[in-house]
Amino acid sequence: MNLDLSFFNWQVVSSFLLKGFYFSVTLTVVATLGGIVFGTLLAMMRLSGKKWLDMPASIYVNGMRSIPLVMVILWFFLLVPNIIGRPIGPEYSAIITFVAFEAAYFSEIMRAGIQSIPRGQVFAGQAMGMTYGQSMKLVILPQAFRNMLPVLLTQTIILFQDTSLVYAIGAYDLFKGFDTAGKNYGRPEEAYLAAAVTYFVLCYSLSWLVKRLHKKIAIIR
Amino acid sequence: MGNWDWGVFLEDPGGRIPTYWQWLVQAWGWTLAVSLCALVVALVLGSVIGVIRTLPASPWLVRFGNAWVELFRNIPLLVQIFIWYHVVPKLFPVMAGLPPFVLVVFALGLFTSSRIAEQLRSGIQALPKGQRYAGMAMGFTTAQYYRYVILPMAYRIILPPLTSESMNIFKNSSVAFAVSIPEMIQFAMQAGEETSRVTEMYLAVTVLYVISAMVINRLMVWIEKRVRIPGFVVAGGTGGH
Repeated sequence: MNLDLSFFNWQVVSSFLLKGFYFSVTLTVVATLGGIVFGTLLAMMRLSGKKWLDMPASIYVNGMRSIPLVMVILWFFLLVPNIIGRPIGPEYSAIITFVAFEAAYFSEIMRAGIQSIPRGQVFAGQAMGMTYGQSMKLVILPQAFRNMLPVLLTQTIILFQDTSLVYAIGAYDLFKGFDTAGKNYGRPEEAYLAAAVTYFVLCYSLSWLVKRLHKKIAIIR
Repeated sequence: MGNWDWGVFLEDPGGRIPTYWQWLVQAWGWTLAVSLCALVVALVLGSVIGVIRTLPASPWLVRFGNAWVELFRNIPLLVQIFIWYHVVPKLFPVMAGLPPFVLVVFALGLFTSSRIAEQLRSGIQALPKGQRYAGMAMGFTTAQYYRYVILPMAYRIILPPLTSESMNIFKNSSVAFAVSIPEMIQFAMQAGEETSRVTEMYLAVTVLYVISAMVINRLMVWIEKRVRIPGFVVAGGTGGH
């Protein structure tokens, strides 16, 4: 078989790929930020030592983590319109799904991060007369974030790769862009190869950056 | 929603399979088959790649191993499955006759092999250097000290991450829906559309996923207990002793 990549020109990029790339990046950024916020809340619930906070958070996190992401994407696409009472596009559904799904994964990372802080720090906060909220905000969480930054960013790269799974509900992401372009020009093989190369270059450079950052943080401490 | 209709599972989908619940069981079988076969591929390749990344004095093998890991973990699984399904048979005519099942097993197996290779590498490197030197001092060849000294400890260290990896491979097999492997997601989508009983179908599939994940987890914990050596601390994965 002969590969012919000549159909890839600026027009293909601008009319098929950019739109998808923009959505994939938006989805990644929103899901990362939302996932970290809700994930931190879930982690604090699980570490609160209060059963009525710990239990629902544990069920949520373990439940999400034992179901494939594709299944979760399908569930939200089915249920969200029923809950809010009006139809919703696959793109919006995907954003809600990813925030909810990633919160479970980020909460595990944040839980490990909070637990990595020595108990003495908590006691020091209490000795200073800080409330629970204050010592969390001023003492524990800043250190937990910094310890966990490389892991959080690695999770973000995995998240970026996982955005391709919105294929299941037909949302228009980067992969869908390649898919559509390949089908329109009758060159699906080249399009899939180009998709693989694009994802590889993006994810490899990002993980290289994370590695460098990791070294930098390690030196500061 | 609201009104359940579980009787739908006794209806006839109008194909070779008499009822929807039998179709579901068959789909579950496909999910298990894809996951288990891919797990075997991933364990074999992941072990080989993981080992050659730690070999002393073979920089090119180490580089090859590193390249392997970077290649297979920086491309989304969905894209890799499409490449194996649509591109590989066209590029390599030898593979044109392979059934989709085999192609998907390769895709999922190679994707996971990079992760297992990474775990095994860090497991081996977590061992004290003295273990390797002790093997050398005993006059073992490289193959021998890996077989009798390093690997038995390294595998025990990485059992907990291997547990989560085998649960991941099971969840990741769901991506095979994209190339029409009749596994559970494919079933949920098709049966949901045919019967308009989407919630029931999704629920059944979700419950099966959760149950299977729990079974795999228990199984791995059992294996972990079986192979445990008294006095050799493996929990936490920070290294032996």
